[in-house]
Amino acid sequence: MELDRQKELNALRPDLLRFAHLQLRDSGAAEDAVQETMLAALVGNHRFENRSSYKTWLISILRNKIIDIIRSQSREVTASSLSDDETGDDLVDSLFDQRGHWQETARPGRWADPENSFEQQQFWQVFEACLDHLPERTARIFMMREFLGLDTDEICKEASISTSNCWVVLHRARMSLRTCLETKWFAGEEA
Amino acid sequence: MMSCKQATELMSQEQDRQLTFFERINLRIHVLICDACNNYRQQMSVLRDACKRFGSGGTP
Repeated sequence: MELDRQKELNALRPDLLRFAHLQLRDSGAAEDAVQETMLAALVGNHRFENRSSYKTWLISILRNKIIDIIRSQSREVTASSLSDDETGDDLVDSLFDQRGHWQETARPGRWADPENSFEQQQFWQVFEACLDHLPERTARIFMMREFLGLDTDEICKEASISTSNCWVVLHRARMSLRTCLETKWFAGEEA
Repeated sequence: MMSCKQATELMSQEQDRQLTFFERINLRIHVLICDACNNYRQQMSVLRDACKRFGSGGTP
């Protein structure tokens, strides 16, 4: 039983590491978060109840470790300003004409059967690749919001940016991700 | 009448804050007559679902 758990834990390690790395973008920090998670999982194994999958349980521990790391980092590091990459409107501008209407080639299509996509491993590979494509701070802010479930007030504080800047960054992240998913996945699905 | 570009900003912000009454009305009218933005709104909710699944380890 105990041995099975350890095996399962080891098998899930690469998934945990990828998850941590996507958000922390730092191999050392990601490794720390995963090691602490594995330790906590081994020590607190008895607290795992089979109500959810083992992976879900581990990810919930890992999420808290990542939040801790982000909080401690934002205290240590003085606020760096957003790069041009993250405040510039290049992507958004390229999708609209001067009057703010969608360019003909950029008009969003209907995404067919997302639930079916969610069941496919390839979809998640594309999803990760699209996340990886975001500028570093944009990605962190987006993932704090969507994966770690922090509200924008807290994100502003951790990232030392204004609320309106936070909304702009989140908007750009979503625009970029949906554009990436549409071209790399859903456009092909429909065909 | 708001532009599609403005509509996409609101469709992002509605995931993070409560829109004002007028913003909600304006947006509702816009997506009623604009297919592309209506699709965009669907995509925002798919994106949120995907993130929820990914962030909780519920991927295959």
